[in-house]
Amino acid sequence: MKRLINLTPASPWHLLLALLPFALLLVLYLLGSDARLEANPNDKLLPSFSQFGEALGRMALEPSKRSGEYLFWADTASSLARLGIGMSVAAVTGLLLGLFTGALPLVRAPLSPLLTVISLVPPLALLPILFIVFGLGELSKVVLIAVGITPFIARDIQRATQQIPFEQLVKAQTLGASTPQILIRVLLPQLLPKLIDAVRLSLGAGWLFLIAAEAIAATDGLGYRIFLVRRYLAMDVILPYVAWITLLAFAFDSLLAWTNRRLFPWYAQGGQS
Amino acid sequence: MIEARNIWKEYGDQVVLERINVKVNEGEFITLVGASGCGKSTFLKLLLGTETPSRGQLLLDGTPVRDEPDADRGIVFQQYSVFAHMTVIDNVLAACAFARPGLTGHLFGRVRRDACVRARLMLEQVGLSHALDKYPHELSGGMRQRLAIAQALINKPRILLLDEPFGALDPGIRADMHRLVTDLWREHKLTVFMVTHDLKEGFYLGTRLWVFDKLRHDPQAPQAYGASITYDLPIDQQQLRPALSHEEPLPQVLHLATNP
Repeated sequence: MKRLINLTPASPWHLLLALLPFALLLVLYLLGSDARLEANPNDKLLPSFSQFGEALGRMALEPSKRSGEYLFWADTASSLARLGIGMSVAAVTGLLLGLFTGALPLVRAPLSPLLTVISLVPPLALLPILFIVFGLGELSKVVLIAVGITPFIARDIQRATQQIPFEQLVKAQTLGASTPQILIRVLLPQLLPKLIDAVRLSLGAGWLFLIAAEAIAATDGLGYRIFLVRRYLAMDVILPYVAWITLLAFAFDSLLAWTNRRLFPWYAQGGQS
Repeated sequence: MIEARNIWKEYGDQVVLERINVKVNEGEFITLVGASGCGKSTFLKLLLGTETPSRGQLLLDGTPVRDEPDADRGIVFQQYSVFAHMTVIDNVLAACAFARPGLTGHLFGRVRRDACVRARLMLEQVGLSHALDKYPHELSGGMRQRLAIAQALINKPRILLLDEPFGALDPGIRADMHRLVTDLWREHKLTVFMVTHDLKEGFYLGTRLWVFDKLRHDPQAPQAYGASITYDLPIDQQQLRPALSHEEPLPQVLHLATNP
């Protein structure tokens, strides 16, 4: 018998093993839901899949009686706009901060300790301040995401900048490169794939800040909706919304990973020489 | 062309180099050998400008060497000498772009076309014409060093510094690289400084060989004294080359010369 660390599942089993936990969870849910609905047809805790379908159809395919909007899509659009703007601002700011603090000791000296301290402030604790300063509108939600994510990306990019081999910087200088040329031609292109990685890692936190902000003060959005219908114990809406958020998060992560492989083949293949 | 006047290099109370006094003429091929940690790489860093002497002066044409790397001195390191995110031709084109003013390090229009022609010629000379669009990680170690050399020479530096450039290569590939470096040195009329661990390589390539070693040694405080150039041997290549084919062991006389 081989050691446990050397045992790998054979290839047809691999996929099966991956799907197995999902199937188990599904079966478990269906059994539970059936049992509860049998005892009480009005039970709201574990709705059946047909109830999910009905709720989703009501939210996504019929206009709301009050506003005339298709709530599911309106929620999705406003949430994604907030998340997209917030993450983009964080990515650009984080990249610039990380590049300059990583590459220029004169910028690093005053900014790096500040950045470390700021990154330790829990962003959600700042949310009341953001509401006070920026009001309850769109701006405060976007700012929360940007403020929460930027320090993480900035520190990650700073570290990545400092990890670029010193030899490359010396080489560029011996070829006559100026500081802007080194920043733009040598450092920046090597940081872009790392930036995409950092954005991928911080997307989870981005969703967290988005849903928290929407739960507290919003009039639409995916987070707003699930916290709103919680009052009616509407699990038939909450669970599909959660699944949808998960699917969106998975899609963005895959899209970013694909972009990285596509745009920076040398990075995906582990080039660093 | 280069003159070291009583150079010392110290880190805290650790003396790395002491009393280095040498003069180097244009066109010499100097190989630096010695044990690990004997300061030969430190001396190369002084020439490169990433380190400055603690005492003494290092002069290039009578003025102190600039204390940061510049286009006078090209370098090839053992690794990480090329840009991993650029293809072979882009690596050389970037070198052309860095030699010109401009913020982005990119070339456009006619300048770019001219640079392309020069880059192709240079890459042909080092034998990389077939790999113009490959990324460095797709190249073998030897090809990567050829690229690093092409990149270092495209802007015609006066001095070429080689920091154990072939240390990680197979013996057969090394022999090819030796031929290449010798040819390029003659053609571009370079002054070359090459650090190597391989004594035979040092004798084979150089016109002059420096051995770095400590002249004084205090067993209680090994860091108290630094190394200096203990042997400065001119090498007559005509006489030596035939005796130093790559397969044969190092002739006894050379061992005696460096291990008295």
